[in-house]
Amino acid sequence: MKPGGFVHAMMLAGFLFLWLPILLLVGFAFSADRIPFQWGGFSLRWFGALATNERLLEAAWLSLRIAAASATLAVLMGGGIAFALARFGPFRGRALFGALAGAPLVLPEVVIGLSLLLLFVALEGLIGWPAGRGAFTILLAHAGFGAAYVAVVVQARLAEAERSLEEAAIDLGASPFVAFRTITLPLIAPALIAGWLLAFTLSLDDVVIASFVSGPAGTTLPIALFSMLRLGLTPEVNALGALVVLGVGSMLALALWLLGRRQA
Amino acid sequence: MGDGIGGAAFRVIRRGILLAPLWAWLLMLVAAPVLILGVMAFATPSDGVPPFTLGLRFAAFAMLVEDFYYAEALLAALRLAATTAGLCLLIAYPMALGMAGVRPAWRLPLLALLMLPFWTGFLLRLGAWIGLLRDEGLVNHLLRGLGITDEPLALLYTEGAMLAGMVHAYLPFAVLPLFTALIRLDPALLEAAADLGARPARLFFSVTLPLALPAAAAGFLLVFIPAAGEFVIPELLGPPEAQVIGRVLWQEFFQNRDWPLAAALALALLALLILPIRWFQRLGAGV
Repeated sequence: MKPGGFVHAMMLAGFLFLWLPILLLVGFAFSADRIPFQWGGFSLRWFGALATNERLLEAAWLSLRIAAASATLAVLMGGGIAFALARFGPFRGRALFGALAGAPLVLPEVVIGLSLLLLFVALEGLIGWPAGRGAFTILLAHAGFGAAYVAVVVQARLAEAERSLEEAAIDLGASPFVAFRTITLPLIAPALIAGWLLAFTLSLDDVVIASFVSGPAGTTLPIALFSMLRLGLTPEVNALGALVVLGVGSMLALALWLLGRRQA
Repeated sequence: MGDGIGGAAFRVIRRGILLAPLWAWLLMLVAAPVLILGVMAFATPSDGVPPFTLGLRFAAFAMLVEDFYYAEALLAALRLAATTAGLCLLIAYPMALGMAGVRPAWRLPLLALLMLPFWTGFLLRLGAWIGLLRDEGLVNHLLRGLGITDEPLALLYTEGAMLAGMVHAYLPFAVLPLFTALIRLDPALLEAAADLGARPARLFFSVTLPLALPAAAAGFLLVFIPAAGEFVIPELLGPPEAQVIGRVLWQEFFQNRDWPLAAALALALLALLILPIRWFQRLGAGV
C-alpha cells in the first residue's frame, strides 16, 4: 500500500515535534546571550563555562564510571539469566525465575528506587553491608534493572540462534564450556554489546532510582542536572545538551555509514 | 551423549552451580526489595535514623483510604498516563504507517531518527522544553516579537507543558511496536481487499486496524505503565497542583520522611498497575 500525502505530512510533523526542541537546544548552545534560547551572536563562551564547571564535570565523571561498571555487571548477570531461560529447559522454580527476571521492566521507577533503598537500609542494619549509600549502591541498583533489559535482548538472540550448532559441537566431543565459548558466545556477541550499550544509557539517564539509593557522596550527572533544571535552564546545561546530541548523533551517523558501505 | 563421566547427574550439578548466583541476584535485587516494601508499609514513622520502627500497624493504609488527597493522586496519575498514551498512539500511528511505507533502504535511517532522541538524555530534552516555554523563553519571545502578546504567556508549569514533555519522552515507544507490526502486514491482503472493491476507509477499518490492534495495545501499555509512575516530568514542567502519585510518593519520602506511607503508596500504585502489566505481558507473548 502506498501511503498518501496526509500520512507523509503527519510523519513529517511527528519527526519535527521530536526533533525541533533538540535542534534548537543544539543551535542556541552557540549563542552568546546569557538567557538560554535567545540569540546574542555566535559564541563558544558557554562551552568554555561548561569546561570549568567543576560540579558538573565531577558528576559526569562519576556517572560515566557508574554506567560502565553497572552495564558490565548487567551483561554478566543478564546474559546468564537469558542463557538459563533459553537453554536450560524446565528447572525447578523456572516460572518464578522468569517473572523475577522480567519484573524490573514493568515496575515504575519510583517503586524500584524506594524498594531498593529499603533493601540497602535493611541489609546495612542486618549485616552491616553495604555500609552507607553512594556510588556503590547506585551501581548495584542500576545493574539490577540493566540486567533485566540485557536478558530480554540476549534471550531474543538465543531464540533465533540455531541450537543444533551447539548440540553438534557437543556430539563431536566438545565440552559444554568449549561449545559455549566457540559457538554460543560468538553468536550472541552482538546482543551482548547491544545490551551493554542499553544498560549504559539507562544508567546514564536515570535520576529517580539514583536519587533514592544515593547518599550525599553520590551526586551523578542526572541528579545534578535535575536540581539545576528545577531552577530553570542555564546556558551551561544548554551547551552540555549540544555536546551530547552532536556526540551521539555523529557516532550513529558513522555506524549507519559503515553499515551502508558494507551492504553496497 | 558426549557429556563424559556422570551424564545427567553431572549436568544437573553444573546447572545448579550456574543457576545459584543468578537466583541469588534475582532474589536479592528484585524479590527481597518488594517484600521489604510490604513490611515497611506496616511500620510506624519515627524520628530515628532510619526513620521508622517496625510493627504491624495499618495506619499508612488507613491514611490512603481516609485522605482523598492520595486517591486523587492515584487517579491523576492514571489520567495523565492514559492521556499521554492516547496522544502518543494518535501521533504514532501515521508515523509508523509512513515509516513502513518508505523504501526499505530508508527504514533504518528513519528508525535511527526515531530512537536517537532516546539516546540524547532525558533531562537535557526536558531542558529544551524549559528553554522553549518559560517566560523569557523562545515561544514567548517570538509571540512578543510578532506583536501578538505584550505580557509573556504562562506556558511553563502548566498541564500543556507537562503533556508536551510526556508525549515527547514516550512517543518513540508507541511508534516501535506499530512499525514492527505494519512492516509485517502482507500487502497482498490489502491489494486483495482493494481489488474486491473496498474503499480506503473500509480497507483501514476492516484490514489494517484489526491486524495492527495488538501492536497498538502494546504501544499504549508501553507508554501507560511507566507514565503512571512518572515523577520527573510533572515536577519539572507541570503545575504545582498536578499532584500525581509519583510526586506525592517522592514528597512523603524525601520531605515528610514518612517511609511507611511512601511504601503503602508504592504498593497501591503496583496494585493499580497489575492488570495493565498482566495484559501487556500476555500481548508480549503474542506480538
